[in-house]
Amino acid sequence: MRRGPLAAFLRHPGAVFGLLVLVLVVAAALLAPVLYPTSPWRMVQRPFVPPFTLDRVPLGTDALGRDIAAGLMHGAGVSLLVGLVSTLAALLIGVPIGALAGYFGGRIDDLLMRFTELFQTIPSFALAIVLVAILQPALSSLILAIALVSWPPVTRLVRGEVLSLRSREYVQAAVVTGQTTFTILRREILPNTLSPIVVLASLMVATAILLESSLSFLGLGDPNRMSWGFMVGAGRTVIRQAWWITAFPGLVILVTVLALNLIGEGLNDALNPRLSREGR
Amino acid sequence: MALFLARRLGKGILVLLAIVVLNFFLIRLAPGDPALVMAGEAGAGDEIYVAQLREKFGLDQPLPLQLGLYLRSILSLDLGYSVRQQMPVGRLILDRLPATLLLTGTAFLISLTLGVALGALAARRAGRFADTAITALALLFYATPLFWVSLMAIIVFSVRLDWLPAFGFETVGGGYTGLARAVDIARHLVLPSLTLGLFFMAVYVRMTRASMLEVAGLDFVKTARAKGLREGTVQRRHVLRNALLPVVTLAGLQAGTLVGGAILTETVFAWPGIGRLMYEALLQRDYNLLLGVFVVSSAMVLLFNLVTDVIYRVVDPRIEAAS
Repeated sequence: MRRGPLAAFLRHPGAVFGLLVLVLVVAAALLAPVLYPTSPWRMVQRPFVPPFTLDRVPLGTDALGRDIAAGLMHGAGVSLLVGLVSTLAALLIGVPIGALAGYFGGRIDDLLMRFTELFQTIPSFALAIVLVAILQPALSSLILAIALVSWPPVTRLVRGEVLSLRSREYVQAAVVTGQTTFTILRREILPNTLSPIVVLASLMVATAILLESSLSFLGLGDPNRMSWGFMVGAGRTVIRQAWWITAFPGLVILVTVLALNLIGEGLNDALNPRLSREGR
Repeated sequence: MALFLARRLGKGILVLLAIVVLNFFLIRLAPGDPALVMAGEAGAGDEIYVAQLREKFGLDQPLPLQLGLYLRSILSLDLGYSVRQQMPVGRLILDRLPATLLLTGTAFLISLTLGVALGALAARRAGRFADTAITALALLFYATPLFWVSLMAIIVFSVRLDWLPAFGFETVGGGYTGLARAVDIARHLVLPSLTLGLFFMAVYVRMTRASMLEVAGLDFVKTARAKGLREGTVQRRHVLRNALLPVVTLAGLQAGTLVGGAILTETVFAWPGIGRLMYEALLQRDYNLLLGVFVVSSAMVLLFNLVTDVIYRVVDPRIEAAS
């Protein structure tokens, strides 16, 4: 009857596909400096080489003769890095706020949730644009801006979980034995909220990658790093002559984000079996 | 109802104040002297204007006083002057607002109708081919970068097929009036509103499907069936109506994302709305204009949330008892 979470995950064809894509993207990011040791910004061929015509540049070149395949490989690292680090940062903001709100309840809860609601109301993409523009485009400001606009769902999730766990008997027992609040939260409550957080985090990485590419598309990317969103933005003006300059990077973003969403769904089925059975 | 409205309005105003305060500190985070930032940064601002700004916002005064002066000017709807565009920020935004409302409104209607229809269809055919196809499509749109699908739509429908115009709000120098002008604008609206709507359609498909499946298992639906109602009637009158409530909630929460999406769509399609204005401000590093658009779009979202809250209470009077 009961299968392990891994088996449940692997039974999900979408999740397996997602995992394979993710492995490929990670491999691309790791192999980029080996396969394309020169800068992806360098001109390697004449401009506007169509894809699948020259073996040296399989996906063609852009308006400045830069190799698109090289750009995609180097961009993989930036997308993964920003996606992962900004999600971790969002968790660092969201989990403590949610845990405190859920554990203490009352006024503290009220205050913290008002604060969270404020951030949920503000149009997040507009705020991210303003933040990156003001902090100046760089990898660190992208990460900070994305983290600052994506923590509220974490807070709401953790608050709800903590709220329901707080009144459990084993938590009451920990209170009676005189453990400090911090210890109770860290050792008794938060470990039990882990699986929904993991699921949410995997979906947040997908959203963060989408956000990063959107910001880079608008010219707010790190000017020293090649990124997928930047490539789409750079090809925008020559879209009538050269479709491939925008098509390939966008396709790569789409597939990567789709893969992460599928992984998230697979994780959800594997880690929260009760929830998933209700859903279908 | 009046009390509810008053309370809700009060909360909205508080949030707006908080956003204005946030804005105040963001201006101070921007590189350089706040007066120069407000004047459109070094070089562009002329000396007299910068001195005026310093005076007006008391930039040589302590911070709390500065905040007070800033609040006063925003509350009197004065968002400052854009030296780059040679126009007051408020005026610039007001000129661009109708285009954005037209675009986001159309996209919202398209995504909600299509999303609910497809989601309901998927739920009725749960587990069968139509369901799998719709769910897969929704997943795909959910992962598609908005700016990219806009560009691809231009390649296919404008460049290759030459069906629809790719840029702008209407044909420049077309000289259309009346109905002909409306048709012209509508043709320009098709691609931006469809691409903007697709992502949100995906959101509503998933929500409607999940919500309908949940409601379909409830007792009152069994009762309706036991009464001998036809399946179509049960689905339409009993399941869908109740399943729509969480979708309405979600639609209200999506307003902020819709505004964010409009920034990208308007940029790609050169649609003359406040999203495009934000992009222009970004290119010119016109921080004052950028923050002005930010405040106005936040206010728009707040207003939209308020409206959905009111609609929600009209649609489902049970909320009143609960609160």
